[in-house]
Parts: sequence; C-alpha cells; structure tokens
Amino acid sequence: MFVPGMWRIGNALGSFPDIRRLQQDMNRLFAEMPRAGGQEYPAINVWGGEHDFVLTAELPGIDPSRLDISVIGDTLTFKGSRDFEALQEGETYHRQERSGGRFSRTLQLPFQIDAEKVTAKYEKGILKLTLPKTAIEKPRKITIKAE
Amino acid sequence: MEPIKSDIEKQPAPSPIATERTKPGKVFVPIVDIRETKDSMVLIADMPGVDERSVDITLEKNILTITGSVKPQVFENHTMAHAEYDIGDYERAFTISDEVDRDGIAAKVSNGVLRVTLRKAEKAKARKIAITAA
Repeated sequence: MFVPGMWRIGNALGSFPDIRRLQQDMNRLFAEMPRAGGQEYPAINVWGGEHDFVLTAELPGIDPSRLDISVIGDTLTFKGSRDFEALQEGETYHRQERSGGRFSRTLQLPFQIDAEKVTAKYEKGILKLTLPKTAIEKPRKITIKAE
Repeated sequence: MEPIKSDIEKQPAPSPIATERTKPGKVFVPIVDIRETKDSMVLIADMPGVDERSVDITLEKNILTITGSVKPQVFENHTMAHAEYDIGDYERAFTISDEVDRDGIAAKVSNGVLRVTLRKAEKAKARKIAITAA
C-alpha cells in the first residue's frame, strides 16, 4: 500500500522533543516490565548527555566515606554497606521493613569513562555520579577547508 | 494500611490518604522501622531525596502523618537512558496510642532518613507499685 504521509509523520515526531521523549519513556516502560520481580540494589537511573552520563542511586542512610567507587575502561562498580544500629538492651522492634547489608553494582557504559574526571556527590540519601566520556569519544566538529 | 510487600522496590501508595491530590506526580510509601526503647518510640523512615525543609510531620487526633516532597531530577541536555526507580513524594500515616506524649515529639532528617522520636507519656512508663502490708 502506498502511504506517502507515513514517512513525513515519522520525521515530524523528531521535531517535537516532548513527543519523542514520551515515546522513549513508553518503550522503556514496556521493555523493563519483567524486571519488576527481582531488582538489584540499589536501583539506579542513568541519564545520557553529549559529554557525560549521570547516574543516580537512592541510598538512604549510608556512610558516604565507606562507599567504594571504581572505574575500569567502560565499566563502573560501586559498592558499600548499609549498617544498622543494633538494638540496645530492653529495646524491641514493632515493625522492621528496612534492611541493611552490603551491596555492589557493576554497570557497563557504551563508552570509555574518563576515570580521572569522575565526580561523586552524596546528598539527601541520593548518590550522584557524573561519568565523563574520554576525549576520544566526544563528538568533534570537522571543519572543511576550502581549496 | 496494606502490608508492604517484601520487595526492595519502592512501593506506590495505595491511594493518597483520603484526600485528592492537586499536585501531579507519584506518591510512595516510605519503608519504616519502629522500635521501642525504654522511654520512647522511634520511627525511622527511608525517604531518599528529602531534607529537613521538605518533610512535614503532623499529628491530628491520634494519626501521625509523615509527608515528604521530592523535586524531580532534571539534568540539562541529558536524556534518560535507563530507569529503575521513580521519583515522587512520600506519604504514610500511623495511628499512635495514648501512651505517647503529644508534646514530646522530635524529628530529624539526615542522608534521606527521617527519624521521629515519640516520647512515652509518664503514665505509660512502667512503674513499680509498692505493696503495703495491711
């Protein structure tokens, strides 16, 4: 069937960033459905930019000085532990939903990470890592010399 | 309130507590520990993304409500590449007994963990009763 309008709709989508984003969000929503059962701890969100990626993780109540972050090539690993104060004598739990222990997560990114320039920030229980791309991975503008 | 599923994933609140929300966005039930010490009840809630300015604790009749508002994160010139958790506000309510001293409630937030200390009322503390011989 000849539908001349179809391609134009496809192109038009790209000119509305919000619609494009909505489409990406929907794709992600469905692509990640099966993981609902077993999730790794901590849960992470990753944001991609031209020069770097930003990773955030919800890690309430940890000691940031005991967080171990390492970068090798395109692989990032961060590990740490969440400790709990033990109950004193005569204290009891009425409800215990929070849990502690050690955690470790490894993530492979689609580029080489500039390990020297990785920055980490821990604020309000959220860990934020900025992972810059190495110079070789960054987009470069090539100028055309006129003869 | 329904029991929290034993999953590490954030749990969406079943419904905003008997009120209609006018603010868009999701609401989550923070996971909590409640421990009883000799003279107080301590409520510890994991609420990543909140600080002392964005948490509200209200006590009305015998319902203690904790709410926390979290600003969605936006990074300029970045698009979401992978998402495992959602960002939203927190809300949870607890019924407290008369054993709590209403004026002795203290709270603090550090590293996204809220800690509310509810002092036990004098009458609720265990007392040794002396028996006098007739």
